[in-house]
Amino acid sequence: MITQLQHLGAWALKRFERLGRSHLFLFHVSAGLGELLTRPGLVIQQIFAIGVLSLPIILVAGLFVGMVLALQLYNTMVNFGAEQSLGPVVALSLVRELGPVVTALLFAGRAGSALAAEIGLMKATEQLSSMEMMAVDPMRRIIAPRLVGGALSLPLLAAMFSAIGVSGGFMVATGLLGVDSNAYWSQMQANVDLFDDIANGVIKSIVFGVVVTWIAVFEGYDAAPTSEGVARATTRTVVNGSLAVLGLDFILTALMFGDNG
Amino acid sequence: MKREHSIQIKVLSASGYFEHGVNLRTMPDSGWLRMVGSMLDGSSLVEIRGLRFGYSGRMIFNEVDIDIQRGKVTAIMGPSGTGKTTLLRLIGGQEYPSSGTIRVDGANVPELSRNNLYQLRKRMGMLFQSGALLTDLNVFDNVAFPLREHTDLPEMMIRDLVLIKLQAVGLRGARDLMPSALSGGMARRVALARAIALDPMMMMYDEPFSGQDPISMGVLVKLIRELNDALGMTTIIVSHDVNETASIADYLYLLSEGKVVEHGTPERLRQSGSEWTRQFLEGLPDGPVPFHYPAPDFAEELLQVSASQ
Repeated sequence: MITQLQHLGAWALKRFERLGRSHLFLFHVSAGLGELLTRPGLVIQQIFAIGVLSLPIILVAGLFVGMVLALQLYNTMVNFGAEQSLGPVVALSLVRELGPVVTALLFAGRAGSALAAEIGLMKATEQLSSMEMMAVDPMRRIIAPRLVGGALSLPLLAAMFSAIGVSGGFMVATGLLGVDSNAYWSQMQANVDLFDDIANGVIKSIVFGVVVTWIAVFEGYDAAPTSEGVARATTRTVVNGSLAVLGLDFILTALMFGDNG
Repeated sequence: MKREHSIQIKVLSASGYFEHGVNLRTMPDSGWLRMVGSMLDGSSLVEIRGLRFGYSGRMIFNEVDIDIQRGKVTAIMGPSGTGKTTLLRLIGGQEYPSSGTIRVDGANVPELSRNNLYQLRKRMGMLFQSGALLTDLNVFDNVAFPLREHTDLPEMMIRDLVLIKLQAVGLRGARDLMPSALSGGMARRVALARAIALDPMMMMYDEPFSGQDPISMGVLVKLIRELNDALGMTTIIVSHDVNETASIADYLYLLSEGKVVEHGTPERLRQSGSEWTRQFLEGLPDGPVPFHYPAPDFAEELLQVSASQ
Protein backbone atom coordinates (compact mmCIF):
# COMPACT_ATOMS: atom_id res chain seq x y z
CA MET A 1 0.00 0.00 0.00
CA ILE A 2 2.77 2.38 1.06
CA THR A 3 4.75 1.46 -2.06
CA GLN A 4 1.76 2.19 -4.28
CA LEU A 5 1.29 5.55 -2.58
CA GLN A 6 4.98 6.28 -3.11
CA HIS A 7 4.64 5.43 -6.81
CA LEU A 8 1.59 7.66 -7.08
CA GLY A 9 3.43 10.49 -5.31
CA ALA A 10 6.48 10.10 -7.54
CA TRP A 11 4.25 10.07 -10.63
CA ALA A 12 2.42 13.22 -9.49
CA LEU A 13 5.69 15.00 -8.62
CA LYS A 14 7.09 14.15 -12.03
CA ARG A 15 3.99 15.53 -13.74
CA PHE A 16 4.08 18.76 -11.70
CA GLU A 17 7.80 19.16 -12.35
CA ARG A 18 7.18 18.83 -16.09
CA LEU A 19 4.27 21.25 -15.92
CA GLY A 20 6.49 23.77 -14.16
CA ARG A 21 9.24 23.26 -16.73
CA SER A 22 6.79 23.83 -19.57
CA HIS A 23 5.75 27.16 -18.00
CA LEU A 24 9.36 28.25 -17.58
CA PHE A 25 9.89 27.27 -21.21
CA LEU A 26 6.93 29.45 -22.27
CA PHE A 27 8.34 32.31 -20.21
CA HIS A 28 11.73 32.04 -21.95
CA VAL A 29 10.12 31.88 -25.38
CA SER A 30 7.94 34.90 -24.60
CA ALA A 31 11.07 36.90 -23.83
CA GLY A 32 12.12 36.49 -27.47
CA LEU A 33 8.78 37.41 -29.04
CA GLY A 34 9.58 41.12 -29.37
CA GLU A 35 12.50 40.31 -31.65
CA LEU A 36 10.09 38.80 -34.16
CA LEU A 37 8.69 42.25 -34.91
CA THR A 38 11.95 43.05 -36.65
CA ARG A 39 12.01 39.69 -38.46
CA PRO A 40 8.44 39.01 -39.61
CA GLY A 41 9.78 36.73 -42.35
CA LEU A 42 10.47 34.02 -39.77
CA VAL A 43 6.81 34.01 -38.67
CA ILE A 44 5.47 34.13 -42.24
CA GLN A 45 7.61 31.10 -43.08
CA GLN A 46 6.01 29.21 -40.19
CA ILE A 47 2.48 30.33 -41.07
CA PHE A 48 3.12 28.76 -44.46
CA ALA A 49 4.56 25.54 -43.02
CA ILE A 50 2.02 25.17 -40.22
CA GLY A 51 -1.07 26.89 -41.61
CA VAL A 52 -1.06 26.83 -45.39
CA LEU A 53 0.13 23.25 -45.62
CA SER A 54 -2.66 22.20 -43.22
CA LEU A 55 -5.33 23.75 -45.44
CA PRO A 56 -6.22 20.67 -47.53
CA ILE A 57 -7.04 18.48 -44.52
CA ILE A 58 -8.93 21.32 -42.80
CA LEU A 59 -11.01 22.21 -45.85
CA VAL A 60 -11.90 18.62 -46.72
CA ALA A 61 -12.79 17.84 -43.10
CA GLY A 62 -14.82 21.06 -42.81
CA LEU A 63 -16.80 20.25 -45.94
CA PHE A 64 -17.74 16.78 -44.77
CA VAL A 65 -18.50 17.86 -41.20
CA GLY A 66 -20.88 20.56 -42.55
CA MET A 67 -22.57 18.08 -44.89
CA VAL A 68 -23.02 15.41 -42.20
CA LEU A 69 -24.24 18.02 -39.74
CA ALA A 70 -26.94 19.19 -42.16
CA LEU A 71 -28.10 15.61 -42.79
CA GLN A 72 -28.22 14.67 -39.11
CA LEU A 73 -29.92 17.85 -37.94
CA TYR A 74 -32.46 17.81 -40.74
CA ASN A 75 -33.64 14.32 -39.77
CA THR A 76 -34.37 15.53 -36.24
CA MET A 77 -35.64 19.01 -37.05
CA VAL A 78 -38.07 17.86 -39.71
CA ASN A 79 -40.00 16.00 -36.97
CA PHE A 80 -40.68 19.35 -35.33
CA GLY A 81 -41.29 21.23 -38.58
CA ALA A 82 -38.21 23.31 -37.91
CA GLU A 83 -36.22 22.38 -41.04
CA GLN A 84 -36.16 26.02 -42.17
CA SER A 85 -33.92 26.73 -39.15
CA LEU A 86 -31.27 24.32 -40.44
CA GLY A 87 -29.01 27.21 -41.57
CA PRO A 88 -28.55 28.86 -38.15
CA VAL A 89 -28.23 25.53 -36.32
CA VAL A 90 -25.51 24.34 -38.70
CA ALA A 91 -23.74 27.70 -38.50
CA LEU A 92 -23.96 27.96 -34.71
CA SER A 93 -22.69 24.40 -34.26
CA LEU A 94 -19.74 25.19 -36.49
CA VAL A 95 -18.69 28.68 -35.36
CA ARG A 96 -19.28 28.09 -31.65
CA GLU A 97 -18.05 24.55 -31.25
CA LEU A 98 -17.09 22.26 -34.09
CA GLY A 99 -15.02 24.77 -36.05
CA PRO A 100 -12.54 25.62 -33.27
CA VAL A 101 -12.54 22.15 -31.66
CA VAL A 102 -12.29 19.90 -34.72
CA THR A 103 -9.76 22.25 -36.34
CA ALA A 104 -7.66 22.18 -33.15
CA LEU A 105 -7.81 18.38 -33.01
CA LEU A 106 -6.79 18.07 -36.66
CA PHE A 107 -4.15 20.76 -36.11
CA ALA A 108 -2.68 18.78 -33.17
CA GLY A 109 -2.51 15.68 -35.36
CA ARG A 110 -1.12 17.31 -38.49
CA ALA A 111 0.89 20.41 -37.54
CA GLY A 112 1.51 19.70 -33.84
CA SER A 113 3.08 16.31 -34.43
CA ALA A 114 5.17 17.73 -37.29
CA LEU A 115 6.43 20.57 -35.07
CA ALA A 116 7.34 18.22 -32.22
CA ALA A 117 9.11 15.81 -34.58
CA GLU A 118 11.00 18.62 -36.33
CA ILE A 119 12.25 20.21 -33.12
CA GLY A 120 12.96 16.82 -31.52
CA LEU A 121 15.03 15.78 -34.53
CA MET A 122 16.87 19.11 -34.52
CA LYS A 123 17.79 18.35 -30.92
CA ALA A 124 18.76 14.74 -31.65
CA THR A 125 20.99 15.78 -34.56
CA GLU A 126 22.68 18.52 -32.49
CA GLN A 127 21.28 21.31 -34.68
CA LEU A 128 20.01 23.18 -31.62
CA SER A 129 23.36 22.72 -29.84
CA SER A 130 25.22 23.96 -32.91
CA MET A 131 23.00 27.05 -32.98
CA GLU A 132 23.82 27.74 -29.35
CA MET A 133 27.50 27.45 -30.17
CA MET A 134 27.00 29.91 -33.03
CA ALA A 135 25.63 32.32 -30.40
CA VAL A 136 22.12 31.98 -31.84
CA ASP A 137 19.44 31.33 -29.23
CA PRO A 138 17.21 28.46 -30.48
CA MET A 139 14.38 29.77 -28.27
CA ARG A 140 14.31 32.99 -30.30
CA ARG A 141 15.28 31.64 -33.71
CA ILE A 142 13.42 28.31 -33.78
CA ILE A 143 10.80 28.12 -31.04
CA ALA A 144 9.35 31.65 -30.91
CA PRO A 145 8.49 31.92 -34.66
CA ARG A 146 6.81 28.50 -34.55
CA LEU A 147 4.78 29.40 -31.47
CA VAL A 148 3.55 32.64 -33.03
CA GLY A 149 3.01 31.00 -36.43
CA GLY A 150 0.90 28.24 -34.85
CA ALA A 151 -1.07 30.63 -32.66
CA LEU A 152 -1.93 32.80 -35.68
CA SER A 153 -2.65 29.90 -38.03
CA LEU A 154 -5.25 28.04 -35.98
CA PRO A 155 -7.86 30.86 -35.80
CA LEU A 156 -7.53 31.36 -39.56
CA LEU A 157 -7.87 27.63 -40.21
CA ALA A 158 -10.88 27.41 -37.87
CA ALA A 159 -12.56 30.30 -39.72
CA MET A 160 -12.03 28.51 -43.02
CA PHE A 161 -13.27 25.24 -41.53
CA SER A 162 -16.50 26.92 -40.41
CA ALA A 163 -16.97 28.74 -43.73
CA ILE A 164 -16.56 25.62 -45.83
CA GLY A 165 -18.69 23.66 -43.32
CA VAL A 166 -21.56 26.16 -43.69
CA SER A 167 -21.20 25.87 -47.48
CA GLY A 168 -21.24 22.05 -47.27
CA GLY A 169 -24.35 22.22 -45.12
CA PHE A 170 -25.95 24.54 -47.66
CA MET A 171 -25.20 22.15 -50.54
CA VAL A 172 -26.79 19.21 -48.73
CA ALA A 173 -29.71 21.22 -47.34
CA THR A 174 -30.75 22.78 -50.64
CA GLY A 175 -29.53 20.19 -53.13
CA LEU A 176 -30.42 16.99 -51.31
CA LEU A 177 -33.00 17.82 -48.65
CA GLY A 178 -35.01 20.52 -50.41
CA VAL A 179 -34.57 23.29 -47.83
CA ASP A 180 -35.22 26.74 -49.25
CA SER A 181 -31.90 28.46 -49.97
CA ASN A 182 -33.17 31.93 -48.98
CA ALA A 183 -34.41 30.57 -45.67
CA TYR A 184 -31.03 28.88 -45.05
CA TRP A 185 -29.08 32.14 -45.42
CA SER A 186 -31.62 34.63 -44.00
CA GLN A 187 -32.29 32.55 -40.86
CA MET A 188 -28.54 32.25 -40.42
CA GLN A 189 -28.02 36.00 -40.75
CA ALA A 190 -30.80 36.68 -38.26
CA ASN A 191 -29.72 34.21 -35.60
CA VAL A 192 -25.93 34.20 -35.65
CA ASP A 193 -24.46 37.05 -33.63
CA LEU A 194 -21.09 38.55 -34.52
CA PHE A 195 -19.91 38.97 -30.93
CA ASP A 196 -21.76 36.28 -28.96
CA ASP A 197 -21.19 33.50 -31.46
CA ILE A 198 -18.44 34.30 -33.96
CA ALA A 199 -16.13 36.27 -31.64
CA ASN A 200 -16.41 33.63 -28.91
CA GLY A 201 -15.50 30.97 -31.44
CA VAL A 202 -12.50 33.02 -32.53
CA ILE A 203 -11.39 33.44 -28.90
CA LYS A 204 -11.63 29.67 -28.44
CA SER A 205 -9.52 29.02 -31.52
CA ILE A 206 -6.87 31.55 -30.41
CA VAL A 207 -6.61 29.80 -27.02
CA PHE A 208 -6.44 26.37 -28.70
CA GLY A 209 -3.81 27.68 -31.13
CA VAL A 210 -1.53 28.91 -28.35
CA VAL A 211 -1.98 25.81 -26.19
CA VAL A 212 -1.57 23.17 -28.93
CA THR A 213 1.49 24.90 -30.40
CA TRP A 214 2.97 25.42 -26.95
CA ILE A 215 2.56 21.71 -26.17
CA ALA A 216 4.07 20.76 -29.55
CA VAL A 217 7.17 22.97 -29.30
CA PHE A 218 7.73 22.07 -25.65
CA GLU A 219 7.43 18.34 -26.29
CA GLY A 220 9.87 18.63 -29.20
CA TYR A 221 12.36 20.71 -27.22
CA ASP A 222 12.09 18.47 -24.17
CA ALA A 223 12.33 15.20 -26.14
CA ALA A 224 15.06 12.70 -25.35
CA PRO A 225 17.58 13.05 -28.23
CA THR A 226 16.92 9.56 -29.59
CA SER A 227 14.53 8.15 -32.19
CA GLU A 228 12.41 6.70 -29.39
CA GLY A 229 12.40 10.06 -27.61
CA VAL A 230 11.17 11.84 -30.74
CA ALA A 231 8.46 9.20 -31.28
CA ARG A 232 7.27 9.66 -27.70
CA ALA A 233 7.26 13.44 -28.09
CA THR A 234 5.04 13.32 -31.18
CA THR A 235 2.64 10.90 -29.49
CA ARG A 236 2.47 13.05 -26.36
CA THR A 237 1.86 16.13 -28.49
CA VAL A 238 -1.20 14.61 -30.15
CA VAL A 239 -2.59 13.02 -26.96
CA ASN A 240 -1.93 15.93 -24.60
CA GLY A 241 -2.85 18.52 -27.23
CA SER A 242 -6.18 16.84 -27.98
CA LEU A 243 -7.06 16.36 -24.32
CA ALA A 244 -6.10 19.96 -23.54
CA VAL A 245 -8.36 21.18 -26.35
CA LEU A 246 -11.34 19.18 -25.12
CA GLY A 247 -10.81 20.19 -21.49
CA LEU A 248 -10.31 23.84 -22.32
CA ASP A 249 -13.32 23.74 -24.61
CA PHE A 250 -15.53 22.79 -21.68
CA ILE A 251 -14.08 25.55 -19.48
CA LEU A 252 -14.35 28.20 -22.20
CA THR A 253 -17.87 27.12 -23.18
CA ALA A 254 -18.96 27.28 -19.54
CA LEU A 255 -17.46 30.76 -19.21
CA MET A 256 -18.91 32.04 -22.48
CA PHE A 257 -22.33 30.44 -22.62
CA GLY A 258 -22.84 29.00 -19.14
CA ASP A 259 -25.06 31.81 -17.87
CA ASN A 260 -27.47 31.76 -20.85
CA GLY A 261 -29.78 29.29 -19.15
CA MET B 1 30.74 48.42 -37.97
CA LYS B 2 33.74 47.22 -35.99
CA ARG B 3 32.65 43.66 -36.57
CA GLU B 4 32.46 44.11 -40.33
CA HIS B 5 36.00 45.48 -40.53
CA SER B 6 37.45 42.63 -38.60
CA ILE B 7 35.69 40.11 -40.85
CA GLN B 8 36.97 41.66 -44.00
CA ILE B 9 40.58 41.88 -42.88
CA LYS B 10 40.80 38.34 -41.65
CA VAL B 11 38.86 36.81 -44.47
CA LEU B 12 41.00 38.50 -47.08
CA SER B 13 44.04 37.10 -45.36
CA ALA B 14 42.53 33.65 -45.33
CA SER B 15 41.51 33.85 -48.94
CA GLY B 16 45.01 34.98 -49.86
CA TYR B 17 46.34 31.86 -48.31
CA PHE B 18 43.96 29.50 -50.04
CA GLU B 19 43.43 31.25 -53.35
CA HIS B 20 47.09 31.80 -54.15
CA GLY B 21 48.64 28.92 -52.27
CA VAL B 22 51.00 31.27 -50.45
CA ASN B 23 51.73 30.60 -46.83
CA LEU B 24 51.63 34.09 -45.38
CA ARG B 25 53.60 33.00 -42.38
CA THR B 26 56.66 32.75 -44.60
CA MET B 27 56.31 36.30 -45.98
CA PRO B 28 58.60 38.61 -44.01
CA ASP B 29 56.67 41.84 -44.58
CA SER B 30 53.21 40.50 -44.00
CA GLY B 31 51.05 42.19 -41.34
CA TRP B 32 49.35 38.85 -41.09
CA LEU B 33 52.63 37.29 -40.05
CA ARG B 34 52.96 39.81 -37.24
CA MET B 35 49.43 39.10 -36.12
CA VAL B 36 50.04 35.36 -36.09
CA GLY B 37 53.38 35.86 -34.41
CA SER B 38 51.80 37.84 -31.60
CA MET B 39 49.32 35.04 -31.10
CA LEU B 40 51.99 32.39 -30.88
CA ASP B 41 53.50 33.82 -27.74
CA GLY B 42 52.91 30.65 -25.77
CA SER B 43 50.23 32.05 -23.45
CA SER B 44 47.13 30.02 -22.70
CA LEU B 45 43.90 30.84 -24.47
CA VAL B 46 42.00 28.27 -22.41
CA GLU B 47 42.97 27.62 -18.82
CA ILE B 48 41.13 24.96 -16.84
CA ARG B 49 41.84 24.62 -13.15
CA GLY B 50 40.46 22.18 -10.57
CA LEU B 51 37.58 21.14 -12.84
CA ARG B 52 35.06 18.85 -11.20
CA PHE B 53 31.99 17.72 -13.08
CA GLY B 54 29.62 14.79 -12.83
CA TYR B 55 26.05 13.69 -13.30
CA SER B 56 23.79 10.88 -12.16
CA GLY B 57 26.17 10.24 -9.27
CA ARG B 58 29.10 9.58 -11.62
CA MET B 59 32.19 11.81 -11.51
CA ILE B 60 33.31 12.64 -15.06
CA PHE B 61 36.12 15.07 -14.18
CA ASN B 62 37.88 15.13 -10.85
CA GLU B 63 40.30 18.01 -10.31
CA VAL B 64 41.36 18.34 -13.94
CA ASP B 65 43.86 21.03 -15.01
CA ILE B 66 44.34 21.74 -18.72
CA ASP B 67 46.06 24.55 -20.63
CA ILE B 68 45.39 25.21 -24.31
CA GLN B 69 48.17 27.29 -25.84
CA ARG B 70 47.34 30.09 -28.28
CA GLY B 71 47.97 29.30 -31.92
CA LYS B 72 48.59 25.61 -31.23
CA VAL B 73 46.65 22.47 -32.09
CA THR B 74 45.94 20.68 -28.84
CA ALA B 75 44.33 17.25 -28.78
CA ILE B 76 42.34 15.82 -25.92
CA MET B 77 42.41 12.05 -26.19
CA GLY B 78 41.13 9.15 -24.20
CA PRO B 79 38.90 6.08 -24.33
CA SER B 80 35.21 6.38 -25.14
CA GLY B 81 33.11 7.66 -22.27
CA THR B 82 35.86 9.66 -20.58
CA GLY B 83 33.98 12.93 -21.12
CA LYS B 84 35.97 14.40 -24.00
CA THR B 85 32.87 15.83 -25.67
CA THR B 86 31.62 17.02 -22.28
CA LEU B 87 34.87 18.93 -21.89
CA LEU B 88 34.14 20.85 -25.12
CA ARG B 89 30.61 21.56 -23.90
CA LEU B 90 32.06 22.89 -20.65
CA ILE B 91 34.47 25.16 -22.52
CA GLY B 92 31.58 26.37 -24.70
CA GLY B 93 29.39 27.06 -21.68
CA GLN B 94 26.78 24.44 -22.59
CA GLU B 95 27.44 22.61 -19.33
CA TYR B 96 28.36 23.99 -15.91
CA PRO B 97 31.05 22.45 -13.68
CA SER B 98 30.46 21.49 -10.05
CA SER B 99 33.60 23.45 -9.18
CA GLY B 100 36.74 24.83 -10.75
CA THR B 101 37.39 27.52 -13.33
CA ILE B 102 37.35 27.45 -17.12
CA ARG B 103 38.95 30.62 -18.42
CA VAL B 104 38.71 31.37 -22.13
CA ASP B 105 40.69 34.43 -23.18
CA GLY B 106 40.63 35.55 -19.55
CA ALA B 107 36.88 35.16 -18.97
CA ASN B 108 35.62 32.49 -16.55
CA VAL B 109 32.97 30.80 -18.69
CA PRO B 110 30.70 29.43 -15.90
CA GLU B 111 30.39 32.91 -14.41
CA LEU B 112 29.55 34.75 -17.62
CA SER B 113 26.13 36.32 -18.07
CA ARG B 114 24.05 34.99 -20.94
CA ASN B 115 24.89 38.00 -23.12
CA ASN B 116 28.61 37.81 -22.42
CA LEU B 117 28.58 34.06 -23.04
CA TYR B 118 26.95 34.63 -26.42
CA GLN B 119 29.52 37.33 -27.23
CA LEU B 120 32.29 34.87 -26.38
CA ARG B 121 30.69 32.12 -28.48
CA LYS B 122 30.83 34.40 -31.51
CA ARG B 123 34.59 34.07 -31.19
CA MET B 124 34.48 30.28 -30.86
CA GLY B 125 33.77 27.75 -33.58
CA MET B 126 32.73 24.20 -32.97
CA LEU B 127 32.56 21.28 -35.35
CA PHE B 128 30.10 18.70 -34.07
CA GLN B 129 30.62 15.00 -34.63
CA SER B 130 27.57 14.79 -36.90
CA GLY B 131 28.24 18.12 -38.60
CA ALA B 132 24.89 19.37 -37.24
CA LEU B 133 23.99 21.21 -40.44
CA LEU B 134 20.55 22.81 -40.52
CA THR B 135 18.66 20.33 -42.65
CA ASP B 136 16.14 22.80 -44.08
CA LEU B 137 18.89 25.02 -45.54
CA ASN B 138 21.21 24.27 -48.45
CA VAL B 139 24.99 24.35 -48.17
CA PHE B 140 25.25 28.05 -49.06
CA ASP B 141 22.59 29.13 -46.56
CA ASN B 142 24.11 26.97 -43.85
CA VAL B 143 27.45 28.74 -44.18
CA ALA B 144 25.73 32.11 -44.48
CA PHE B 145 23.63 31.43 -41.36
CA PRO B 146 25.98 32.89 -38.71
CA LEU B 147 26.82 35.86 -40.96
CA ARG B 148 23.13 36.69 -41.47
CA GLU B 149 22.40 36.25 -37.77
CA HIS B 150 25.25 38.35 -36.43
CA THR B 151 26.12 40.96 -39.05
CA ASP B 152 24.31 43.50 -41.18
CA LEU B 153 26.51 42.81 -44.18
CA PRO B 154 24.87 43.28 -47.59
CA GLU B 155 23.88 40.07 -49.37
CA MET B 156 26.60 40.55 -52.01
CA MET B 157 29.31 40.59 -49.37
CA ILE B 158 27.80 37.59 -47.59
CA ARG B 159 27.85 35.76 -50.92
CA ASP B 160 31.55 36.51 -51.37
CA LEU B 161 32.40 35.48 -47.81
CA VAL B 162 30.47 32.24 -48.08
CA LEU B 163 32.17 31.37 -51.37
CA ILE B 164 35.58 32.09 -49.82
CA LYS B 165 34.82 29.76 -46.90
CA LEU B 166 33.47 27.06 -49.19
CA GLN B 167 36.49 27.41 -51.47
CA ALA B 168 38.70 26.94 -48.40
CA VAL B 169 37.09 23.56 -47.67
CA GLY B 170 36.90 22.62 -51.35
CA LEU B 171 33.12 22.64 -51.64
CA ARG B 172 32.35 25.84 -53.56
CA GLY B 173 30.77 23.71 -56.28
CA ALA B 174 28.41 22.06 -53.79
CA ARG B 175 26.80 25.29 -52.60
CA ASP B 176 23.33 24.46 -53.93
CA LEU B 177 23.15 20.95 -52.47
CA MET B 178 20.96 20.13 -49.50
CA PRO B 179 22.62 18.48 -46.47
CA SER B 180 20.83 15.19 -47.23
CA ALA B 181 22.74 15.02 -50.55
CA LEU B 182 26.16 15.27 -48.86
CA SER B 183 28.41 12.43 -47.75
CA GLY B 184 29.51 12.37 -44.10
CA GLY B 185 32.89 13.87 -44.95
CA MET B 186 31.39 16.63 -47.10
CA ALA B 187 28.87 17.49 -44.38
CA ARG B 188 31.71 17.94 -41.91
CA ARG B 189 33.59 20.17 -44.33
CA VAL B 190 30.50 22.33 -44.83
CA ALA B 191 30.06 22.48 -41.06
CA LEU B 192 33.72 23.50 -40.83
CA ALA B 193 33.17 26.30 -43.35
CA ARG B 194 30.18 27.46 -41.27
CA ALA B 195 32.17 27.27 -38.03
CA ILE B 196 34.89 29.56 -39.43
CA ALA B 197 32.41 31.97 -41.05
CA LEU B 198 32.86 34.54 -38.27
CA ASP B 199 36.63 34.02 -38.14
CA PRO B 200 36.75 32.62 -34.61
CA MET B 201 39.80 32.88 -32.37
CA MET B 202 39.50 29.18 -31.57
CA MET B 203 38.03 26.05 -33.11
CA MET B 204 36.84 22.99 -31.25
CA TYR B 205 36.50 19.69 -33.12
CA ASP B 206 34.45 16.88 -31.65
CA GLU B 207 35.66 13.54 -33.05
CA PRO B 208 36.30 15.00 -36.52
CA PHE B 209 37.71 11.76 -37.97
CA SER B 210 35.26 9.15 -36.70
CA GLY B 211 33.48 7.18 -39.40
CA GLN B 212 35.41 8.79 -42.25
CA ASP B 213 36.87 7.02 -45.25
CA PRO B 214 40.66 7.42 -45.70
CA ILE B 215 40.35 10.19 -48.31
CA SER B 216 37.87 12.26 -46.28
CA MET B 217 40.03 11.71 -43.22
CA GLY B 218 43.12 12.92 -45.08
CA VAL B 219 41.24 16.01 -46.27
CA LEU B 220 40.03 16.83 -42.77
CA VAL B 221 43.49 16.31 -41.24
CA LYS B 222 44.98 18.70 -43.80
CA LEU B 223 42.20 21.26 -43.38
CA ILE B 224 42.35 21.38 -39.60
CA ARG B 225 46.08 22.03 -39.59
CA GLU B 226 46.01 24.51 -42.47
CA LEU B 227 43.08 26.49 -41.12
CA ASN B 228 44.74 26.73 -37.74
CA ASP B 229 47.94 28.09 -39.25
CA ALA B 230 46.39 30.28 -41.95
CA LEU B 231 43.77 31.93 -39.76
CA GLY B 232 45.99 32.16 -36.69
CA MET B 233 43.46 30.24 -34.63
CA THR B 234 43.79 28.02 -31.60
CA THR B 235 42.52 24.49 -32.11
CA ILE B 236 41.21 21.87 -29.70
CA ILE B 237 40.59 18.40 -31.10
CA VAL B 238 38.76 15.78 -29.15
CA SER B 239 39.41 12.38 -30.64
CA HIS B 240 40.46 8.80 -30.11
CA ASP B 241 41.92 8.40 -33.59
CA VAL B 242 45.50 8.30 -32.38
CA ASN B 243 47.55 8.44 -35.58
CA GLU B 244 45.57 11.15 -37.38
CA THR B 245 45.32 13.33 -34.30
CA ALA B 246 48.94 12.93 -33.26
CA SER B 247 50.06 13.79 -36.81
CA ILE B 248 48.69 17.34 -36.58
CA ALA B 249 48.66 18.04 -32.85
CA ASP B 250 51.30 20.17 -31.18
CA TYR B 251 50.31 18.95 -27.75
CA LEU B 252 48.32 16.01 -26.38
CA TYR B 253 46.32 15.48 -23.21
CA LEU B 254 45.37 11.93 -22.33
CA LEU B 255 42.29 11.59 -20.14
CA SER B 256 41.01 8.56 -18.30
CA GLU B 257 38.64 8.02 -15.39
CA GLY B 258 38.20 11.69 -14.71
CA LYS B 259 41.90 12.57 -14.58
CA VAL B 260 44.62 13.78 -16.91
CA VAL B 261 46.78 10.68 -17.17
CA GLU B 262 49.61 12.32 -19.09
CA HIS B 263 50.29 15.31 -21.32
CA GLY B 264 53.05 16.47 -23.60
CA THR B 265 54.08 16.63 -27.22
CA PRO B 266 53.22 13.59 -29.38
CA GLU B 267 56.91 12.67 -29.57
CA ARG B 268 57.31 12.78 -25.80
CA LEU B 269 54.18 10.70 -25.17
CA ARG B 270 55.30 8.05 -27.64
CA GLN B 271 58.46 7.65 -25.51
CA SER B 272 56.40 7.52 -22.31
CA GLY B 273 57.15 4.79 -19.77
CA SER B 274 53.53 4.69 -18.64
CA GLU B 275 51.90 1.36 -19.49
CA TRP B 276 48.46 2.97 -19.82
CA THR B 277 49.80 5.55 -22.30
CA ARG B 278 51.49 2.85 -24.33
CA GLN B 279 48.36 0.69 -24.36
CA PHE B 280 46.24 3.62 -25.54
CA LEU B 281 48.61 5.03 -28.16
CA GLU B 282 49.47 1.60 -29.59
CA GLY B 283 45.92 0.23 -29.34
CA LEU B 284 46.88 -2.88 -27.33
CA PRO B 285 43.87 -5.06 -26.43
CA ASP B 286 45.02 -5.85 -22.90
CA GLY B 287 47.00 -3.98 -20.29
CA PRO B 288 46.17 -1.58 -17.46
CA VAL B 289 42.75 -1.29 -19.13
CA PRO B 290 41.76 -4.99 -18.94
CA PHE B 291 40.14 -6.86 -21.81
CA HIS B 292 37.54 -8.32 -19.42
CA TYR B 293 34.90 -6.28 -17.67
CA PRO B 294 35.24 -6.89 -13.90
CA ALA B 295 33.54 -10.21 -13.05
CA PRO B 296 33.86 -13.07 -10.55
CA ASP B 297 36.21 -15.93 -11.35
CA PHE B 298 35.05 -17.69 -14.53
CA ALA B 299 35.64 -21.29 -13.35
CA GLU B 300 33.94 -20.58 -10.03
CA GLU B 301 30.92 -19.11 -11.75
CA LEU B 302 30.59 -22.10 -14.10
CA LEU B 303 30.80 -24.52 -11.17
CA GLN B 304 28.12 -22.55 -9.28
CA VAL B 305 25.68 -22.94 -12.17
CA SER B 306 26.44 -26.67 -12.47
CA ALA B 307 25.93 -27.17 -8.73
CA SER B 308 22.61 -25.31 -8.71
CA GLN B 309 21.30 -27.64 -11.43
